This record gives sequence, structure tokens and C-alpha cells, in this order.
Amino acid sequence: HRRPNDEAFAQLPHRLIPVLATMFLIVGRSEPLYELEIPTVSTASAGSLDQFVLHSALDLVETAMQQHTGLFLRTVDSFGDLLVSAYVTPTHVKFLLLHERSRSEDAIRSFFGDVQELYVKLAMNPFCVYDTPIVSKGFDDRVRLLASKYLA
Amino acid sequence: MEHRRSIFDRDISRSRADVSLSAFGFLFSELVQQIQREAESINDLEGQLEQIGYGVGVKVLELLAARDRRNFRHKHKLVPCLRFVSTTLWRYLFGKDADRLEKSSEHDNEYYIHEQEPLTNMFISVPREYGALNCAAYTAGIVCGVLDTSGFTAKVQAVTIEEPGEVDKTVYVVKFDE
Repeated sequence: HRRPNDEAFAQLPHRLIPVLATMFLIVGRSEPLYELEIPTVSTASAGSLDQFVLHSALDLVETAMQQHTGLFLRTVDSFGDLLVSAYVTPTHVKFLLLHERSRSEDAIRSFFGDVQELYVKLAMNPFCVYDTPIVSKGFDDRVRLLASKYLA
Repeated sequence: MEHRRSIFDRDISRSRADVSLSAFGFLFSELVQQIQREAESINDLEGQLEQIGYGVGVKVLELLAARDRRNFRHKHKLVPCLRFVSTTLWRYLFGKDADRLEKSSEHDNEYYIHEQEPLTNMFISVPREYGALNCAAYTAGIVCGVLDTSGFTAKVQAVTIEEPGEVDKTVYVVKFDE
């Protein structure tokens, strides 16, 4: 299907189109909670454009949830050579990953699963309020470690 | 990266140790006393207990699913979610299923979870001045937290049902929006 975003996207000058960029985003009910740009070997990161791509995939996450009941929603959207994969925790916190087509689904599923476990440990902390931005350095360090383990 | 042991290094899988009932009893008692000192009314007291329970519900839901993440399924309908609450959640919290789950015959979108002796009320005896206060409002909050974050907005209230000749029991009235 063609959405308004596609029209705008097609008209962007080439140098702004994300090239093999990988980005991980955690989104709560109303705002992003965590964001990580993952440098891969052949990357020229395009920063905010990756965010744009991920945010526009959010509606499709809702749609995918109607069809799948599992936590891992697999691919929910695509933009040229890039795919958006999603994973939703039981309290509807969404994990989104922008990645190359060649990335193995098992690696992505494992990445999401391990991040979920980190998220649960974070959530169990009585000082962490549900649905607020994640500022823990411990969390960030470990997510980066997982990214280099599964996605580099 | 720091090598100090942090919360992220702890295992989330089931621990073998049981929690002492008296420890819970003391802690909950103190919680109720603390709220009672500041609360302006009985509704306020119950409301604060519910609010604290809500936070617990959110955490418990995440924990239970993470321990069983291959098998966990999002619930799209009310009844499966309520069944999850009255069985899996109840077993985790109280070691047994809820006594009964029923749908209201009078009101649409209203369900009842029956519990003969809520753990929260085990060491609490409500003086007459406090009327219909039910400290299981804490558990009602837990239920609300689980339902709400699963996508089902609801108001959950712990209601005391008097049964002549028997100990009062508690019914959690779950009223869904829409």
C-alpha cells in the first residue's frame, strides 16, 4: 500500500536516504523511551531519517498485533532495502528495529528477547516509572553489548 | 563498563524461596497505617492502595511474560485476559486460583472475581468507623494494572460481600470502559 510518507520519501535527495543503517527504538504509549544507533560495517548513518522511518512504522505495528498474538511480530514494514521488525511486550512497550534485509530473523528474535529481559529487570526497579524514558546507563551499556553480539 | 553487580545481573527465573507470610503481613500492615495517617477519606485510602497495587500489576505482568516468553500470547479479548488474571496471575501471587470468575448478568462489561479470604485482609480487622473499607483494594489495583497495560481499560474495585452466618468475602468488581 502507498502512504503519504512514501511520496515524500521518494522525493528526498539521494544522499539523505538511509544506507544500510541500523537503529533500535523503544516506544511507549505516547513517546519514544530509548534509542540506539547501531554502527554496522557498511553504514553511513542518516540519523533523524531512521527515526522517521521507524515512527511511521508504528501504525503497522498495531495492525500486525491484530494478526499475531506472540510477542515477536517479525517484519512489519519495509523501506527499500531496509526492514522494520517489531516486538511488543505484554504491557505494550514496543521494540522496533530498522535493519538490512539480510539480517537473520533468529538473530533479531534473540536480540529482542534478551532486550526484553533487560527491560523487565529495569521495570522491576521501584524507582523506574512505567512508560517514561529510559535513562539507565547500565541498561544502555547492556543493550549496546547485545547489539554487537546479534547485530554487528 | 562498570563491573559492579547491578540489577541487570540478577536472574529473573523463579526463585525457590518462599516469602514469609509474617513479613508480608507486617509490611502490608505498615503500608495501610502509613496511608491511613495521610488519607482524607475511606475512598482516598482505598484509592492510594489501588494506586500502589497498579504499579505492582505492571511489573508482575512483565515478569510473568518474560519467564515464559516463547509461550506468552497477547490477549485481544477481555475474557482470556480475565482468565489469565484469575488463574496464572493469582497462582503467582497467592499460590492458588481465584475462587470464581463470573460475568455480570445485569451489567454489560462487568465481571466479578470472587475471593473468600484475600491475603491482604488476613491480619486486618476493620473497625466499625471505617465502614466498608476493604484493603484488598491493593489487589484490585494489581488487577487493574495488569488489565490496563494489556489494553483493557477498566475500573476494579474490591467490594466486601456480607454473607449471613459466614465470614465476609471479597468480590473484585471489574468494570470495563466502552
